[in-house]
Amino acid sequence: MTEQKDRELYRWLRLIREFEGRISALDKQGKLMGGVYSGKGQEAVTVGFCHDLRWDDWIFPLHRDLGAFLVKGADPRRLMAQIFGKRDGYAKGKDSYLHGGDLSNGIFGATSCLGATLPVAAGMAYKFKIRKEDRVAIAFFGEGASSRGDAHEAMNFAGVHKLPVIFVCENNFYAYSTPNELQFGVDDVADRAAGYGFKGEVVSGNDLHAVMKTAGKAIDRARRGDGPTLVECKTYRYHGHSEHDRADYRTEEEVITWESRDPISQWENYLEKRKYDIAALKKETTDEVLRIVEDAVAFAEANPAPEGPEAMEDLYAMPIDTEAP
Amino acid sequence: MLVTYIEAIRQAMDEELARDKNVLLMGEDVGVLGGAFKATAGLQEKHGADRVVDMPISESLIVGAGVGLAVQGMRPILEIQFIDFISCGFDQVVNSAATLRYRHGGQTACPIVVRGPSGGGVHGGLYHSQNPEAWFCHVPGLKVVAPATAYDAKGLLKSAIRDDDPVIYFEHKFLYRRIKEEIPAEEYLVPIGKAALRKEGRDLTVITYGAPLHAVMKAARDMASEVDIEVIDLRTLLPIDWPAVKASVRKTGKVLIVHEARLTGGIGGEVAARIAQDCFEDLDGPVMRLCARDVHTPFAPAMEEYVLPNQEKICEAIRKLAAY
Repeated sequence: MTEQKDRELYRWLRLIREFEGRISALDKQGKLMGGVYSGKGQEAVTVGFCHDLRWDDWIFPLHRDLGAFLVKGADPRRLMAQIFGKRDGYAKGKDSYLHGGDLSNGIFGATSCLGATLPVAAGMAYKFKIRKEDRVAIAFFGEGASSRGDAHEAMNFAGVHKLPVIFVCENNFYAYSTPNELQFGVDDVADRAAGYGFKGEVVSGNDLHAVMKTAGKAIDRARRGDGPTLVECKTYRYHGHSEHDRADYRTEEEVITWESRDPISQWENYLEKRKYDIAALKKETTDEVLRIVEDAVAFAEANPAPEGPEAMEDLYAMPIDTEAP
Repeated sequence: MLVTYIEAIRQAMDEELARDKNVLLMGEDVGVLGGAFKATAGLQEKHGADRVVDMPISESLIVGAGVGLAVQGMRPILEIQFIDFISCGFDQVVNSAATLRYRHGGQTACPIVVRGPSGGGVHGGLYHSQNPEAWFCHVPGLKVVAPATAYDAKGLLKSAIRDDDPVIYFEHKFLYRRIKEEIPAEEYLVPIGKAALRKEGRDLTVITYGAPLHAVMKAARDMASEVDIEVIDLRTLLPIDWPAVKASVRKTGKVLIVHEARLTGGIGGEVAARIAQDCFEDLDGPVMRLCARDVHTPFAPAMEEYVLPNQEKICEAIRKLAAY
């Protein structure tokens, strides 16, 4: 990898962590309403899969993939405004967090029925295929959502038509509080790929090199028409399911073990080995990401909140007045 | 051109597939077989297997894939083999499709049509007789249509395919081959959101939609010497054409609502409530409803007859209302 790319990837990892860290802090200060789903600890998955995509590829992030939004090109200001429920958020205040996607950058907004984006991604990939467009769809889902019928239906269809879609399972070992062993009877979700007629791979989701290597192969395969891949990234979320969840269902030792495998620290170690001036790079990156986050928060705080009657907008192509006399 | 109701549906899809390369049709057995009822007969051969797609038995996928296609500017027609099975794809309809535009702050349209055979009277039993339209009329962001004639079946389906919002299209399987009508050879559309005045009358209004329209019309003709009945066919159930409903109620002062779906929680309740509130001064009798009994649609003929509305029950309800 070039030095420039090494630095760029580092910048993304750090921006995501800083951005999400600020959201968690704002939540603690009582400045946000609604749920906050931190992806802290899982940054290498979203950076690894989104960084090398083309602008006209599509991603279907899960509720914890704020990082995917940023790397795929969402405007940090508008994303922060969305989290504040403000008018210039992608959802214009209709919903928060990642429900409003940035469709101009190929970022689809998910519903709260986890895994429901997988059929949508498969449908879109079907269009790429029949129109002979060499674009790909990346569908992220948690290991918890792998239990849903939508995951099965989407992968089965993708296998039938060899669709250019990559199913990325972010296995962080807990679906809210439910551990893997109560979620499925296999060791690896990736094993299921065999049942759909395509390749399944397991990768360390905290190792950006490993993620990028696997992602690159899967994306190439999809782009050249050789069909889907199921990639399972083993990773860990440092926070609870959402900020109100203290995550008492797991042990402190387990958290410490995973913190020792932190994706950002791993990347910093790599950068050090490449003999970069890591101290200078850290400082320079910190300054830059703080600037972006401060700017986004200032924008979001100043952005007007939608008025009550705006609730009736964006429902239909042409407004329907059902309360007419 | 003399066509059956199902042929009108087939023609609508055939014409739209030919007119717009972004239209495609997906469903179980719609391709090689031409559909369980032959509503899609010959379409795969004519328009290609890429655009008329035999799908796995996965209703949630069928609707969800439609949403993904819609975001790409395609206009998928999604056939549910029996509309009873839409419950398996319910989440994709109400949470995924219906909120797509809203949760994206107006960034995208969602031009999908979910269509399938509904209704009883064919001894289909519990899972091939359902009329679940009310579930969807409760969901903002959707449009719901239920044609009763071959003319409307074609014109409404073509409008639904061209509409930028998700449309749930209920085709009544009892009508598929039982009605035959002259329809224009040239292209036409029936607008979504407009009711049809099927018969003018002075004494009372019957508001209905779908298959019962035909029993209502026959009742109105048979009872012409007793009572002068006005008949409104809603055609679209979301949004309802309130101006047409209210104009008729203001004229006749008496209303009977007839639908094949169950009474409790049905469309009739919503229509009755609106009339009670907005036309209170105009009413000369209670707003009445004749609907299916609050039970599943049973298989054995005598039980099915007992549960569903029929002409005899309609006449009885009309006499009762006329007496006020």
